[in-house]
Amino acid sequence: MGLFILRRSGVMLLTALCLTFIVFFLTNLGPNLEKLAKTQGNFRMTEAEVASYLGDRGYLQPTMYKYAEWLGVKPGFKTVKEDGSVVGRCVRPGVPVEETPEYCGLLQGNWGFSTVFKDDVSEIVWKRLGLTGYLMFWVMLVMVPGALIFGVLSGMREGSRTDRTLSTTAITFTATPEYVSGVIFIALFASSAGFGRIFKGSATSAMESANFENFFLPVITISLYGLGYIARMTRASMAEVMTAQYIRTARLKGVSFRNIVLKHALRNALIAPFTVIMLQIPWLLNGVVIVETLFNYKGFGWLLVQAAGNNDIDLLLACSVVAVVVVLLTQLISDIGYVFLNPRIRVS
Amino acid sequence: MELLSWGAIITQILIQFIPVWIALFLTFTVSIMFKRKLGLYGKLFDSPIGMVGYALVMFWVFTAIFADLIMTHDPLAQISSMKNKVPGTPVSGADEGIFEHYLLGGDALARDVFSRMVKGSQIVVTIAPFATLFAFMVGITLGLPAGYFGGKFDTVLSFLANLILAFPVILLFYLLVTPEIVATGLPTYMAMVLFLFPIIFLVILFNSRFFTQPQKRNIMVAAIVGVGGWLYLSLISQSNTPVNFMGALDGFDVAGGILIVFVSVVFVNSPTVFRIVRGLALDIQTRDYVAAAQTRGEGPWYIMLWEILPNARGPLIVDFCLRIGYTTILLGTLGFFGLGLPPESPDWGTTINAGRRLLSAFPHPAIVPAVALVTLVLGLNLLADGLREESLRD
Repeated sequence: MGLFILRRSGVMLLTALCLTFIVFFLTNLGPNLEKLAKTQGNFRMTEAEVASYLGDRGYLQPTMYKYAEWLGVKPGFKTVKEDGSVVGRCVRPGVPVEETPEYCGLLQGNWGFSTVFKDDVSEIVWKRLGLTGYLMFWVMLVMVPGALIFGVLSGMREGSRTDRTLSTTAITFTATPEYVSGVIFIALFASSAGFGRIFKGSATSAMESANFENFFLPVITISLYGLGYIARMTRASMAEVMTAQYIRTARLKGVSFRNIVLKHALRNALIAPFTVIMLQIPWLLNGVVIVETLFNYKGFGWLLVQAAGNNDIDLLLACSVVAVVVVLLTQLISDIGYVFLNPRIRVS
Repeated sequence: MELLSWGAIITQILIQFIPVWIALFLTFTVSIMFKRKLGLYGKLFDSPIGMVGYALVMFWVFTAIFADLIMTHDPLAQISSMKNKVPGTPVSGADEGIFEHYLLGGDALARDVFSRMVKGSQIVVTIAPFATLFAFMVGITLGLPAGYFGGKFDTVLSFLANLILAFPVILLFYLLVTPEIVATGLPTYMAMVLFLFPIIFLVILFNSRFFTQPQKRNIMVAAIVGVGGWLYLSLISQSNTPVNFMGALDGFDVAGGILIVFVSVVFVNSPTVFRIVRGLALDIQTRDYVAAAQTRGEGPWYIMLWEILPNARGPLIVDFCLRIGYTTILLGTLGFFGLGLPPESPDWGTTINAGRRLLSAFPHPAIVPAVALVTLVLGLNLLADGLREESLRD
């Protein structure tokens, strides 16, 4: 088991390195850097001014050098200008020149400086992650029990009318992407044209104090898409378990249907959905980006869009590291959890 | 002229869709009459869910085909007095002789919502299946040998597939589809690689099948390389991009942004297809008929493409339907973030994005394409469900 986790962590590290390098390479392509210079300086910069802006800050070095600086294995680039001011990778506004560190990369625990928000990347990312975490917590609280109840109810009597209705509903949910259900919900519940303004169409105020009125729509919008998928997996798993020999035995012994479902079938039927739920988390990230944009909730997804839209290199790299860690960590947890839940499987 | 009631609007819309109803009716009558002779497709008509799904999908396919008959107005024409008008508003302040109402209202730029929705179906219904098909060809061409041979080849490809899958899709889109990246020509270079796979796939497919009849094989391979090669070169050589070398021989140019959207959707989809095909190949290669083919001395590519692939078709067809739906969702996501296609494009994602700014005041410009998108994806999901049930039955 220890070796397994160690090997997986190795793969994880390698994947994260490759991914960040790809992001690094793409964000450091010529036109992207030019855009960065123009948004930071001004939009009427001449070619020469753009070149000197980028050159002074070390953006024009070979990509490998810049990547090494970001990792913190190479001293940060800096230029002393004619008037004595210093610009460069490690220079921060408000920090005196003497205190500017030689190295500023991941290994030093420095995630860089956001050019859009003019702040340390790690601080911004933590703040936004907290907001998204709060959203995700409520999503999980709605989605997981909802999906399990849905799946178990339709899977325990396969082919019945309840099953048909619930399955069709679940398929409808999976066919409705977040940007569609969000739009429909806002139109129905947050506009004068639908059922009146029961909820708020914007979740901006939920960042300070979340309540039912401003937080329900974003939560339900993210939940529904995943709910349908998990429900279908649970249904398939439950239906399979219900045909097993030991269920028939229990039934012949005269155990009530309720007890068969709750005590005999449920535990075995929940193994497959566990994996699905864990693997669904990276997908939720997608939903989070859409919903946070739609409802203007300034969490991690919103941050990702801002970083990508403005080519904020350091911030985008930090975001992709977070995303990769989430994806790979959930895979690891789902593999390990699977072993615990299903003793027939051994990790080798 | 007065405002139409909801009943009148619905009647008028049903009338506008008459070509679609006729086509649907013909398709269903013919299919049901001959359903016993049509294999898996015919069996679809035994499952109510599958039939509903098929009807929904074909509705949008026929809508795309007959779009020019169904549309009431030009999807790009603006009639300034119709800005944000509610459904059923009579057209005023325009020339005589055009359709008298905006059936589903006007959007923020005073264009007819109904006509844009109909026109948008053309974009969605053409891009999504083709992109899925290309993704399948890439996934199959790489996934079969990865599963069949295993070893280093498999390890490297699987690592790459997982690498792409570890990216959040939206980040990938932002990295590939922004105007700055398009200016570097990166998507066009990716197109050069990805579009090569269908040709490789077809050449290997026919080469391995007719290996023993060199004359027939030579003609076929030459035809594929000739036609496919010309299509390939015309496709990747676009005016106004870094890759533009065909000059007068260039057969066609794909309209602005569509090629890039197409490439990025294929790129996002192919790793998943790769994993599915690889898993199926791993499973099927242990079967007896594969061993029999190996003993006969068949080449590895023959075994992969003519023994393993046909036996993996069930799950692949089902996944193909689901994946078209997923691709439709991805296209919408791209439109929602305003990436790829130009902002005046009538495709559903872009229209939803344009409509969401005024959502709480005027919901109809966003709701109409949203409902259209859901019905298509729902149709594909139900179709896949029906196919799965029917293919499991025997």
